[in-house]
Amino acid sequence: MGQKKPAKILLVDDEPNILVPIEFLMLQQGYEVRKAFSGQEALDTLSEFKPDVVVLDVMMPGMDGFEVARKIRKLSALRNTRILFLTAKGAEEDRMKGYSTGGEVYMTKPFDNDQLVQVISEVLEFG
Amino acid sequence: MNPLYIILALIGYVGLLFLIAFYADQRATRGASLVRNPLIYALSLAVYCTVWTFYGSVGRAAEAGVGFLPIYLGPALFAPLWWIVLRKIILISKNQRITSVVDFLSSRYGKSTWLGVLGTVVVVVGIIPYISIQLKAIAFSFQHLTHSGRVPGPVVEDLPFFLDPGLYVAVALALFSILFGTRNLDPNERHEGLVAAIAFESIFKLVAFLTVGIFVTFGLYKGFGDLFQQAWKLEEIHSLLDLKQVGITSMDWFWLMLLSLFAVLLLPRQFHLAVVENTSTDHIGRAAWIFPLYLFLINIFVLPIAFAGKMLIPPALAEPDMFMVDLPLMNGQGYLGLLAVLGGFSAGTGMVIVSTIGLSIMISNNVVVPLLLRTSTVREGWVDDLSKRLLGIRRLSIAIVLLVAYAYFKWIGRQYTLVSVGLISFAAVAQFAPAIFIGLYWKRATRIGAMVGLSLGFLIWFYTLLLPTLAEVHFMGVHIVENGPWGISWLRPDALFGLKGMNNITHAAFWSLLLNTGGVVLVSLYTSQRTLEISQADLFVEIYKYQTGVSDYDVIRRRASLQDVTLLLNRFLGEPRAGSLLQSYSRRYGKDLSKEKMADPDLINFAETHLAGAIGAASAKLIMRSIAKEDPISLEEMFRILEQTQEIIRYSRELEHKSAELVQTTHQLRQANERLKELDRLKADFITTVTHELRTPITSIKALSKILQENPGLPPEQRDEFLGILVSESERISRLINQVLDLEKTAVDRAEWKVEPVELNKLIQHSASGFRQYLEEKQIQLRLELPDAPVWVSGSEDPLTQVFVNLISNALKFCDAGKGIIRVGLEPGEDRVVAYVADNGIGIDPKDQQTIFGQFVQVSNNELGKPTGSGLGLYISKRIIERYGGRIWVESEPGRGATFFVALSPATPG
Repeated sequence: MGQKKPAKILLVDDEPNILVPIEFLMLQQGYEVRKAFSGQEALDTLSEFKPDVVVLDVMMPGMDGFEVARKIRKLSALRNTRILFLTAKGAEEDRMKGYSTGGEVYMTKPFDNDQLVQVISEVLEFG
Repeated sequence: MNPLYIILALIGYVGLLFLIAFYADQRATRGASLVRNPLIYALSLAVYCTVWTFYGSVGRAAEAGVGFLPIYLGPALFAPLWWIVLRKIILISKNQRITSVVDFLSSRYGKSTWLGVLGTVVVVVGIIPYISIQLKAIAFSFQHLTHSGRVPGPVVEDLPFFLDPGLYVAVALALFSILFGTRNLDPNERHEGLVAAIAFESIFKLVAFLTVGIFVTFGLYKGFGDLFQQAWKLEEIHSLLDLKQVGITSMDWFWLMLLSLFAVLLLPRQFHLAVVENTSTDHIGRAAWIFPLYLFLINIFVLPIAFAGKMLIPPALAEPDMFMVDLPLMNGQGYLGLLAVLGGFSAGTGMVIVSTIGLSIMISNNVVVPLLLRTSTVREGWVDDLSKRLLGIRRLSIAIVLLVAYAYFKWIGRQYTLVSVGLISFAAVAQFAPAIFIGLYWKRATRIGAMVGLSLGFLIWFYTLLLPTLAEVHFMGVHIVENGPWGISWLRPDALFGLKGMNNITHAAFWSLLLNTGGVVLVSLYTSQRTLEISQADLFVEIYKYQTGVSDYDVIRRRASLQDVTLLLNRFLGEPRAGSLLQSYSRRYGKDLSKEKMADPDLINFAETHLAGAIGAASAKLIMRSIAKEDPISLEEMFRILEQTQEIIRYSRELEHKSAELVQTTHQLRQANERLKELDRLKADFITTVTHELRTPITSIKALSKILQENPGLPPEQRDEFLGILVSESERISRLINQVLDLEKTAVDRAEWKVEPVELNKLIQHSASGFRQYLEEKQIQLRLELPDAPVWVSGSEDPLTQVFVNLISNALKFCDAGKGIIRVGLEPGEDRVVAYVADNGIGIDPKDQQTIFGQFVQVSNNELGKPTGSGLGLYISKRIIERYGGRIWVESEPGRGATFFVALSPATPG
């Protein structure tokens, strides 16, 4: 595992205080982490960073998480990038919308630290 | 005198009458009427003066001095009022084609059949004694003439009837009446020949009276002075001129005058000549003074003749009623005596002829025809010419009336003087006065009132006046008259209810007219009128309104086929007259009847009034009813219809009102529903927002505390950072909870806020300081633009802090990280202090600038991608600021940021 190039994770949320614990957990797993505070900022980072997993909030000012996911899916360079929605919106329809826009995993806030770590490692491992 | 001469003279006189009547009728058909002038009219009214006047006045004067006068004074004094009363009666009668006084009565009270029958009974019973005294006087005068006044011989009443001149007089008069009164059926009941003959008779009797008077005064005496001087010497005559000694009271005068002024209009012959035969109301004016003048002239010689008779004729032979004949005869003036007899004959015949014609019209029009029409058999069998049948009825009734009158004269009237019997008849016809005169001026007088009044009056009259005359001839026991029935003295016919001390006429007139009038008035007040009564009452009382011609008062709408109407007119009036009537109708109203199939209500009314002229109002009404479809709308029905209509109008108005209310309520409900839905949506949004707002800090708190728990060996800086976030997120949760609680507080306005001076610049500084870390993280600048000197405002520290925290956190939300600049400042003023919070964020659309201050309102999610907060911040802020009398508003251009202003009242520090 040590030989492998570390996985790259992009965290997107307009609430900095939410990204702080997630960043800590990801860094603890040895992933390479980038943070974005808005949808636009995430898109700006994407083409250059090419993350393996995007942890994406839905409700953000400006461009929301679903829109960001749709745009990611249009970029062929990012076809291997997995999207994980992490949102306060827990309704079933939001969940379905999340999957239809190209998300692999849909998790609601507040999340369990271990579960989040587990899910991300599984996504990285099984694609 | 040789009876042959007398008979020849009488035949000659009657022949002359025929000639005059015939000539007048000829003139009338040529259109050159002889009688259409006021003099003839006034002279015809002098039919008032009968044998009663001609013989009876002298007889009365011989017994009671001036007691003969009241019956002439009454009409003379009343004559000026004719212009008002008589004219009105004539106008009504012409309008309604009224044929008799009874017809008038019946017509006034809704063309009532039964009132007509009752009235006819009253008149016939009341007038027959009057007619009988004419026969008696005429027969008596013949007797005196044939016996030269010296020996009366057997009393005429005792002669066998075939030798009785009275019978032959009756027969002759019946023939004359039939010839002149019933030659044809005239729709206007006008007989010009008759009127001319009556006028001639009036002249003749006046001339005869004056001639006898002049003979007595200037032939037997040397003028009035000589006659009265000699008379004055006689104690007997002296006492006659003393009213007290002859026992005539002022009460008697009053009642006699009253009776006679009624009689001069209501007696059948008077009504017939004054009203039915009237050709123009213009004649009334002159008649009103010619008639009294005539009365004056015919009375000039009454006292002289009476006194002369008393002085010259021995009491044993004296028959005061025959002084007129006896005085000339006893003084060898046979031809003068004949003239007197002819004068008396003219007075009697005039009365009898006109009276019998009048009575026959009443009997046929108001009794026989209506009663026949009520029996279906006759109604079905009327196909033959009814006008002939009607004339037959009239002729028969004339004959019967004269026969009955003769019988009364023969068996009953013998004991009575001319005057006393005449007054009985006056009292009888006076019973019409209340119903007619009240009905002329009081619309409320009802048919039932008239029936009751007339019945009461007639019964009293019969009981107090007629019954005693029957008793005296042993038709019944005299004891009833003397002691009252069953010995009840207060029921004595001559002292009813114990009223004594009056002569019998006054007594009867008083009681009968009192009860009659009382009956009409009181019963009318408590009874209601039928539809036709109302319209007739209106027409009678306000006849001047109807003078225009066509009646617009048409309560009853009737329809009938034109053929039926024509047939009816043909039958009753004869074809030529009916044809010319219909022609005149179509000319007058411009309607071509040949094109019509149905007769309209106007034509039916027209036909009915003309039929009424032939057969009376009540009969005409009944006949028209048989052919016309009547839609009689009773007043009750009319009111009910009106009421229903109004009810419906009111109901529909209510409905309209209600449906308007309903529409309004529906609108309000819909609005409320919208509002509720909106609130529901807002609440859902609010809950979503609040949960989101809660989830966010809880997420980081949960994750970070777990990290802290599981990683005890964290470097201190990292630990501190995490703990800092934990604190600030915890604060965020408490803030949110406070906001929700504040909302509850403000919503119910339970908050008890103090108002005190607050140092605003310090408060703003304090509010802004809480955001320091957040600002750093998002790299947003916050610039405070506050004056150094303290600025005081009225308010309360905590709520105002909340306002500025809200405004600053709002501004933060709208600013882009890294580029955002927030300016918070203060501008003190004398009237108000204005604070502002400005950002350079996305700005607020103008349409949202007002609504953002509402409860649960958030600027659209689509633009921002997420709620701007709880949706309560601005609402709460606004409530707080307004609470302190301040104002909060926003100025913004989309894309260029927004500036919130808060204006508060300055305060001085306390």
